[in-house]
Amino acid sequence: MQEDISQGDHGGDAGGRPRVGLFVTCLVDLMRPSVGFATVELLERAGCRVEVPEAQTCCGQPAFNSGDDADTAAIAKNTIAALEGFDYVVAPSGSCAGMLKMHYPEVFADDPDWHPRATAFAAKVHELTAFLADVMSLQDTPPAFETTATYHDSCSGLRELGIKAAPRRLLGRVAGLTLNEGEEAETCCGFGGLFCVKYSDISTGMVDAKLDDLEKTGADMVLGGDLGCLMNIAGRLRRRGSAMEARHVAEVLAGYTDVPAIAQPPGGGPANEDAS
Amino acid sequence: MDATSRDFKSNAFDARRDPHLQDALARLGHGFPLKRLEAAARLPEFEALRDRAREIKNHVLDNLDFYLERFEERVTEQGGKVHWCTDAQAAREKILEICRSVDAKTITKSKSMIGEEIAINDFLEEHGVDPIETDLGEYIIQLRREPPSHIIAPAIHLTMGQVEETFRKSHDDLPAERPLDEPRKLLEEARDKLRDKFLGADVGLTGANMLIAETGSNVLVTNEGNADLTYSLPKVHIVIASLEKIVPTLEDATSILRVLARSATGQDMSVYTTFCSGPRRAEDLDGPDEYHVVLLDNGRSELIGSEFHEMLRCIRCGACLNHCPVYRTVGGHAYGWVYSGPMGAVLIPGLIGIDEAGHLPNASTLCGRCESVCPMRIPLPRMLRAWRRRQYRRESSSGPGRLALRAWAWLAQRPALYHLFTNLSIAALGAWGRRRGAFRRLPFAQGWTGSRDFAAPAGDTFMAQWKKGPRGDASGEWLRKRRS
Amino acid sequence: MTDARAQILGRLKTALDRDNRSPDAARARLETPPENLVPARGQASDADRIGRFTEEATRVEATVSRIATLADLPATVAEYLAGHNLPKQLRITPSLAGAGWEAQPLLDISSGRAAGLDAVGVGRAFGGVAETGTLVFVSGPDNPTTVNFLPPTHIAVIAASDIAGSYEAVWRRVRTLAPAPGPGKTQLPRTVNWITGPSRTADIEQTLLLGAHGPQRLHIVIVDDAG
Repeated sequence: MQEDISQGDHGGDAGGRPRVGLFVTCLVDLMRPSVGFATVELLERAGCRVEVPEAQTCCGQPAFNSGDDADTAAIAKNTIAALEGFDYVVAPSGSCAGMLKMHYPEVFADDPDWHPRATAFAAKVHELTAFLADVMSLQDTPPAFETTATYHDSCSGLRELGIKAAPRRLLGRVAGLTLNEGEEAETCCGFGGLFCVKYSDISTGMVDAKLDDLEKTGADMVLGGDLGCLMNIAGRLRRRGSAMEARHVAEVLAGYTDVPAIAQPPGGGPANEDAS
Repeated sequence: MDATSRDFKSNAFDARRDPHLQDALARLGHGFPLKRLEAAARLPEFEALRDRAREIKNHVLDNLDFYLERFEERVTEQGGKVHWCTDAQAAREKILEICRSVDAKTITKSKSMIGEEIAINDFLEEHGVDPIETDLGEYIIQLRREPPSHIIAPAIHLTMGQVEETFRKSHDDLPAERPLDEPRKLLEEARDKLRDKFLGADVGLTGANMLIAETGSNVLVTNEGNADLTYSLPKVHIVIASLEKIVPTLEDATSILRVLARSATGQDMSVYTTFCSGPRRAEDLDGPDEYHVVLLDNGRSELIGSEFHEMLRCIRCGACLNHCPVYRTVGGHAYGWVYSGPMGAVLIPGLIGIDEAGHLPNASTLCGRCESVCPMRIPLPRMLRAWRRRQYRRESSSGPGRLALRAWAWLAQRPALYHLFTNLSIAALGAWGRRRGAFRRLPFAQGWTGSRDFAAPAGDTFMAQWKKGPRGDASGEWLRKRRS
Repeated sequence: MTDARAQILGRLKTALDRDNRSPDAARARLETPPENLVPARGQASDADRIGRFTEEATRVEATVSRIATLADLPATVAEYLAGHNLPKQLRITPSLAGAGWEAQPLLDISSGRAAGLDAVGVGRAFGGVAETGTLVFVSGPDNPTTVNFLPPTHIAVIAASDIAGSYEAVWRRVRTLAPAPGPGKTQLPRTVNWITGPSRTADIEQTLLLGAHGPQRLHIVIVDDAG
């Protein structure tokens, strides 16, 4: 455990620790900072020195998925410039990490100046659980947590970054946590960024199918690595009056389980007026 | 077929509330993916075969002109005829012309997506030729005057009860007291009815899963055997196929066949795979006297070299439909035209225009499952985005969605303003919603809160709390509390 | 019509930059078709081939039996029909006419192309593919295609030595049936059928049913010495 974590802005780390630039992601930043703090905690446990450059904003995926090339490129340039100076760039989100790692080089395919920069940058980008399990081989024992949970594989993390085993390996070390696999763990929850509001009826059908599968696992909690998915799932769980909780995997691994679950009030559980 | 792709949203709304359809989709969404996995597990070389299939088709597209010319040469040498058609109307007229040349009254058909694309059935009927679908699923939907809802299982949206009702309405000589309460009885009724049609047809019209340049053949793949009765009994065999169906050699066709059925239904090989090459030989005891191949462009040549070039590798297996969470929620009819699912969302705008089909590339979360199961490794999400890019450039008006997006993007390029704005608004929103943890209704987010609660921000933004650092004050406090 | 051909090919040649790219690779591919990838399942050794073929064919609901010579065929067919309570009216292909059907006078035999009411079709397969239990039939004066499709019961006779490991092995034999009309060209019989099990459909509520339009029953008779 570090006693004194100074955040000096001189480059390099005298202790030989890798310098990680944390890409917080806009959803974590705005909606659920505990995920960000949990991420810092975990990275430090893994022996990294974490910095959070202020110049970061959004990864640009909403613009990218809407076909707005110009804005995407501008946002990407800002992100790259803010974070390319680190040894690693880590994000607690498969879809944001996927955007930075897989799509930034694509965005600059025809730009001879930015393409190499984006490619070099992309090589440093990692999603959190993959970074902890595969790059840093984090071995420490997370705090115990008694619960039966199931894991939702977010599409980008799974299919763009190949994240499947890493979060499960890490959760496997949490004493008291039983992980039940859903048959449809790999099926999209219907979030898809703007999709869930533009095609909300279809999205609702998809999230209902996801919830039916989650319920079949008998779990009390659903975990995942993407806050967008989790907010979508949690929002529907609450609307359906379900007691199942949704949390980000980073929070469980860091032991931040006394924070209210997603979309829950302080004190936990669906509030009285929401009981249907 | 008239497209209703413009009405995708309302089509989808209705589809979600159709209990028969939802049952069928639940079955499909569970069954086909499982079977595909089992088939892939039984074949260690499956992934390598997918790579080979992609290579073969890429090579073909690079040499499409050459292989089509070679194919035509072989067909002609064997006494068959190739008819080139630029669009649907030309193809319809050519097929009618051939039918008229032999005074055809009835023509049996095996399943052909191209046939649907050019709406050949309606056209033939209007001109006094009676087309009979022989694939059981196609036969049923023909009687119901419905389009197919899945590219390999066209009647998948129907229940047994609906099929019985259809037969009772359309089969005049079916006694009311004959029970049709089991799938087998329905099958026998259809088989008997169609047997006479097979035997009495003047012309047989088939599609083609592939055309082979080396041999001048068309390849037909069925489980029922209806295609075989379609081409072998009448005097004339017409093949309707689009340009990109061609493959070079028998070995290439074989390689693709190894991934086709496994991806589609999980079978190692479909029951009947047939290679037809020209009219019957002088010494043959059966077979058609005439062999015609109607080669259709209808927009394909324009896709070559475009952003959608790779879509032409598609072999119409249906795997992307079976695995797509959107298709599984709304079914095929919602897409409003011949094709559906992810391949439909990419191809339909290319064939009928992005204005008509504007919803299709947008009604997707880009989850990527389609690409992960496509035997030809077609990058469907990339192409869906490419359509969105084109739409973005064309859009002259700015709806509220587009404005909001641009505002967000504007802020995201200006970190200081971004943090200022978000810190303030999140603090406000958080204060408003923190007690209950979530909002049941948010005036500017009805698309979300219509069916889901929206989690309230937990407090100040991460960046605001971090900034209060360095690791002193609030952020350090936060972490210190955890560690004590 | 030639207009359309010129238009389509013209568009393609422009898009593919044909003026600057000669189709040499394509020409070479036709002249020497590469084998691509034959899975291990298709490379069964001689010892395994029949066993694998039988296993795969049974998996797809065909039934398989084995006899020593063609002379045993009529008896085995009679036995099969009796055992399944099937009619004794047979349409056989001319290629099997010499199998000694007189030994089974109760069987009603006619030879040639199939008619709509034929109950049983007996055909001779050109080859078999152990990889998936597939039979390969080629059309010809001795082997009319309709015999394999019209009657609801199909009995397929195949010489053990004609069962190969892979499809590719059977294509090599098929190519020898007629002389190549030119480099990069192959002359096939009018119809080559791969048959893998009896006819089936799942179009009604995804319930699997055998015998859609093609035969409901496929019985394969492997002949050790076909003479």
